[in-house]
Amino acid sequence: MSRLKNWKEIRKAGLVEPASSLAVKTGDWKVVKPVVDNKKCIKCYKCVVYCPDLCIEMKNEKITPNLDYCKGCSLCSKVCPVKCIAMEKAR
Amino acid sequence: MSFKEIASKEKRIVSGHRLCPGCAAIPIVRIILAGTDKEVVAACATGCLEVATTIYPYSSWNIPFIHNAFENSAATISGIETAYNALKKKGKIKKAQENASHFLRAERQNLSREIKFIAFGGDGGSYDIGLQALSGAAERGHDFVYVCYDNEGYMNTGHQRSSATPYGAHTTTSPSGKFKKGKEAFRKDLTEIMAAHGIPYVAQASLSNPLDLYMKAKKAFEAKGPAFINVLSPCAQWGIKPEESVEISDKAVKSCFWPIYEVEKGEYKINFKPEEKLPVLEFIKSQLRFKHLLEDKEMLDEIQKHVDEKWRHLLKLEGEKEAD
Amino acid sequence: MNKNKIALTGAQAVAEAMRQINPDVVPAYPITPQTQIVETFAHFVADGKVETEMIRVESEHSAMSAAVGASAAGARVMTASSSQGVLLMLEILPIASGLRLPIVMNVVNRAISAPINIHCDHSDSMACRDLGWVQIYSEDNQEVYDNTILAMKLAEKIELPVMVMQDGFITSHCVEEVEILEDEKVKRFVGDYNPETSLLKNKVTYGALQLPDYYFETKMQEADAIAKAKIEFLKTAKELSKLTGREYNYFESYKLKDANYVIITMNSSAGTVKSVVDKLRKKGKKVGLLKPVLFRPFPYSEIKSVLKGKKIAVLDRSESFGANPPLFSEIKNSLFDINARVQSYVFGLGGREIFEKDIEKVFDNLMKNKFDETRKYIGLRE
Repeated sequence: MSRLKNWKEIRKAGLVEPASSLAVKTGDWKVVKPVVDNKKCIKCYKCVVYCPDLCIEMKNEKITPNLDYCKGCSLCSKVCPVKCIAMEKAR
Repeated sequence: MSFKEIASKEKRIVSGHRLCPGCAAIPIVRIILAGTDKEVVAACATGCLEVATTIYPYSSWNIPFIHNAFENSAATISGIETAYNALKKKGKIKKAQENASHFLRAERQNLSREIKFIAFGGDGGSYDIGLQALSGAAERGHDFVYVCYDNEGYMNTGHQRSSATPYGAHTTTSPSGKFKKGKEAFRKDLTEIMAAHGIPYVAQASLSNPLDLYMKAKKAFEAKGPAFINVLSPCAQWGIKPEESVEISDKAVKSCFWPIYEVEKGEYKINFKPEEKLPVLEFIKSQLRFKHLLEDKEMLDEIQKHVDEKWRHLLKLEGEKEAD
Repeated sequence: MNKNKIALTGAQAVAEAMRQINPDVVPAYPITPQTQIVETFAHFVADGKVETEMIRVESEHSAMSAAVGASAAGARVMTASSSQGVLLMLEILPIASGLRLPIVMNVVNRAISAPINIHCDHSDSMACRDLGWVQIYSEDNQEVYDNTILAMKLAEKIELPVMVMQDGFITSHCVEEVEILEDEKVKRFVGDYNPETSLLKNKVTYGALQLPDYYFETKMQEADAIAKAKIEFLKTAKELSKLTGREYNYFESYKLKDANYVIITMNSSAGTVKSVVDKLRKKGKKVGLLKPVLFRPFPYSEIKSVLKGKKIAVLDRSESFGANPPLFSEIKNSLFDINARVQSYVFGLGGREIFEKDIEKVFDNLMKNKFDETRKYIGLRE
């Protein structure tokens, strides 16, 4: 674990780089994880837009949740119009 | 306008934020920020959206972002928008890389980057403590969009009541107990207050109608002058499950507890009229914050009556008679 | 050297300095006795004499909030206020300094409520002495003009906001002769403002939440910056001196060097003290005045070096209820390890006048070696 920076090293005024939260892997919050049946998927992109952690993406024609950030809220599963996302135990 | 279109836009807010699982605020913000392809600068009031997305040294914002204080996101954005106008006049907002230091004034203006300004506030930072700044900014006519994500309480600090908390709701500062039954006043109607300011665009929207929200975001960014969007943002502290955010929003819209409508240059347009209004009880009963009301017929009737009256009034404003 | 002398009130002098600086954004809200600054400046805007965009905000809180927004967006920002207005801004003042924004504010000193009073005392600016703003006090209209121009350049050098004070009504509404620099000279002196980072240039996040693991370090940066401001103040002042021919320092020493009896006081009353010093000097009395100019950061060691062995009376135009008055406290801090007798006086609250005979009495007490542990009051009906 790297040591925290001292007062001469940190950026002035507490300014923060954009999108730096990508370093925080909130995926360890989850208790359940989404499992997508891409054969049933109708590619409506609802799960992508609704995901509160912006961690579902269409990759190579497949809906792919990013488990590094997924908190297991199950919203994707709820809003899917064809119910092709199941929530399974994460550990 | 489609979900795919929204999904294809560059993410202006990213993962790694620490809002609760299922929080409606983030998809709301994502959809709204997709409403323009121009550069956007955001100011945000203290609250869930700000605190959980900017825990030092991490920020979830992929756009220029400032958090000033609780009650002043509208005043802050007024300053930023004015600075933009002032610096543009002096040719300091140039497009791309410029080597030549001398431009004719007209050319300078054509070469300026177009930037959009947006201020976010929760219901606390908009209805209550932030109302003055919001009203002032609207009156002065700055060109900006104000978005209130209304989770009906001071949620970041553990669910205290705000003026947006519904009548009868249990909160930590308006608890239901032996003698009191939750909040004793009806909600303030901020959307109507903003419509009364006569600004170019005012809208009320819901996450359950995301493409409608997207359309409203587009209109708001395009409007010349102040635009206001109020979006219902269900919260786990209402006593619902994280995955129910969208479903609850839908019930709020279908029961006309939270009608979705627009006021464009003073003209009212209701975007969704249910053929048969869902009884408000359907919206209320799955939320633990209303649990104590479920046996109280008198209060439930009061709530239904209030929703009905407001809906009738809204229909009148639109210019139609209520269908029986 | 420019010989352009015109008759201006203190408020007009500030507005004139602002006109020459030509800030990008001025968010302002009127409050007596600052109003004339904003009105005069608004006329400049209306007549196209400046390119400034004014924001007629709906409260002082929004004035400072908009100032923070505009400054973070890379604009040069100035504003002004007094009394209740400054107090209303109080929440945002440390945000301005915490975010290291070079905003310049003119504070026209006025008493704070309750009771409500529109006349001069220093309680408004004293209430914000711990918030990370550089504080400069002005005795007369010439000084407030000079200090405003100095403040703009200083703020941008140290990346901290600066407030410049003048006495409400006493100098703000009084006409005096002010030597104005040429517009070009002021423009060149303040230069162009091009901050390294801004909301309109970078995708940066301002105002993040810093938990106990980081807050302390960011505040240390601020403490370090304002401490370094002491040196920058003199450097900037020296540059201004070259244009105006006037000298600037942390404090003014008026017939101080060989004085045995010294009064320390700020702003316009220092002028009254100077008259009395001249009068008493003619009678052979070794009296003098030390007039602090830079109050934050406070020049402890410099003050100490000129007060050794002298008998001192500090006249504060504000109270710190339940404690020693602010200027007296700082003087005592400066002198704590040397032999010096210091008497505390509070005067002028709510605009109560102070007369030459009152100052003479103070010197008289010093000369008679009359010191009291408790503070004394001038002009109070006791």
